[in-house]
Amino acid sequence: MLEIENLRGGYGQVEVLRGISMNIGEGEIVAVLGSNGAGKSTLNNTLSGIIPPIAGRISFDGKEITRARYTDIVAAGLIQVPEGRRVFPNLTVEENLELGSYLRGGVRRRQNIERVFAIFPRLKERIAQRAGTLSGGEQQMLAIGRGLMGEPRLLILDEPSLGLSPLLVEEMFALIKRLNEEGLTILLVEQNVGQSLEISGRAFVLENGAVVFSGTPDELLSNSDLKRAYLGI
Amino acid sequence: MLELSILFPSILNGLTTGAVYALIALGLTLIYGVLHIINFAHGALLMLALYGVYFLHQSLGIDPYASLPVMVPAMFLLGYGLQRFVINRASHGKEENILLVTLGLAIIMENLALYLWRSDTRTIETAYTFSTIDIFGAMISVPKVAAFAGALAVCALLLLLLARTDLGRAIRAIAKERQGAKLVGIDVEHVFAMSFGIGLACLGAAACFLLPAYYVNPLVGNGFILIAFTIVVLGGMGSFVGALAGGLIIGVVESVGGLWLGESLGQIGIFLIFILVLLFRPQGLFGVKA
Ligand SMILES: Nc1ncnc2c1ncn2[C@@H]1O[C@H](COP(=O)(O)OP(=O)(O)OP(=O)(O)O)[C@@H](O)[C@H]1O
Ligand SMILES: [Mg+2]
Repeated sequence: MLEIENLRGGYGQVEVLRGISMNIGEGEIVAVLGSNGAGKSTLNNTLSGIIPPIAGRISFDGKEITRARYTDIVAAGLIQVPEGRRVFPNLTVEENLELGSYLRGGVRRRQNIERVFAIFPRLKERIAQRAGTLSGGEQQMLAIGRGLMGEPRLLILDEPSLGLSPLLVEEMFALIKRLNEEGLTILLVEQNVGQSLEISGRAFVLENGAVVFSGTPDELLSNSDLKRAYLGI
Repeated sequence: MLELSILFPSILNGLTTGAVYALIALGLTLIYGVLHIINFAHGALLMLALYGVYFLHQSLGIDPYASLPVMVPAMFLLGYGLQRFVINRASHGKEENILLVTLGLAIIMENLALYLWRSDTRTIETAYTFSTIDIFGAMISVPKVAAFAGALAVCALLLLLLARTDLGRAIRAIAKERQGAKLVGIDVEHVFAMSFGIGLACLGAAACFLLPAYYVNPLVGNGFILIAFTIVVLGGMGSFVGALAGGLIIGVVESVGGLWLGESLGQIGIFLIFILVLLFRPQGLFGVKA
């Protein structure tokens, strides 16, 4: 579904991604791991068209999107729930969700809002509250809900468990697993190595903007050098 | 002590002017809220719109109110194009540059107007210019009442657009969270230009409501920009409801202040408010603390 070939990218003159190749098949859940500053978020934002790639190729659903505008990428169904949530603080919970279907899924907006409320009942209780006044965990729920409103074909989740209490982290991973079982393709960027590997079919490890491992969770967990060097476990 | 029979008409007059001020300030605060910049060309663009209404009347005989369906879309398109193809390009996305570009645009427009149309102050005369209407004993000029009703109606439409449509939500979303906006597929450059266009469309409407009871000359915008800026500060930077309330308040302050201190000193009250707000409530009446 998503094919990345030799992707290089970064910020101005600073090259962060140094030739990344990976692929994600329909219905898969793929974990991207790596230490701070490895380039995970940079990869996400390059895929989403927020920062332009320097070289390489990205194709989604068989179409090349390497230099596509971010609007076209969202329209194609490649949707990212970013690191740090990035909800609209001055808009209400409901308005945030409505904007999730700004480009896609607009016809089923009401149904999808109900679906998000079924997943996150706490959001329903806070429907008219401004997003900026939500707790961190609630904001994370809202960010994911907003992402789902666009009826993603591929959902990129950038550290969805960051800042959540242990109980909520459990719930969050259970939810990600469930969404995947319902047919959603997911690219999961995480620091929480153990839990991510439990629900992922395959994993990539990034270090310094390059892929240093790709394979199944079992292969990764049985490679103690890699675990120690890059994942700290 | 002022008598009620003088005070009441003065307040009414102030409210009529204030509604038009509110419309002008609404455009300014909308642009400020989204682009985080004071549009210094706002006054000059109002001047341009007033000339538009003036020439439509003088050359084609079109009534100022009938010019609305021409002036509003024309100013919208001008604003959209200016933001997308001039301000955006020339400023290279740097907010401090936008400020200079709008300042430069103001200077160019004012001097071009001086060159083309001279510094003469022009007015138009319509059948209703001098007619008045009796409101509970106060005689208010018909064009002012029309301006009041029209300006409030446009303000209400704009507030509705901002509150209830996807475009309005996108405009408010972009004001605070651009990256998040891009990630839901909002075309940020387009919505910037739409905001600028809508801000100028407000000026187009304001010009149609103003001219029957007002005048135009190349520098006419300068008085308005100071007042509009005060309103935006009073109401709270970027607050739409604040601009509406602030406009009405400033209109009344100016009018009643004129009663006490004489026409030419009436505006002192405005600047007093400006300073008091900055001292005691810098976030404005409807603004939130930074
Ligand atoms: N806007 C930017 N301008 C310049 N450099 C940046 C920018 N954003 C990130 N970087 C740099 O790019 C590198 C990769 O950052 P990135 O955010 O992609 O890491 P990450 O893998 O997501 O880390 P984390 O796990 O901490 O989120 C870092 O060295 C960072 O300093
Ligand atoms: Mg990151």
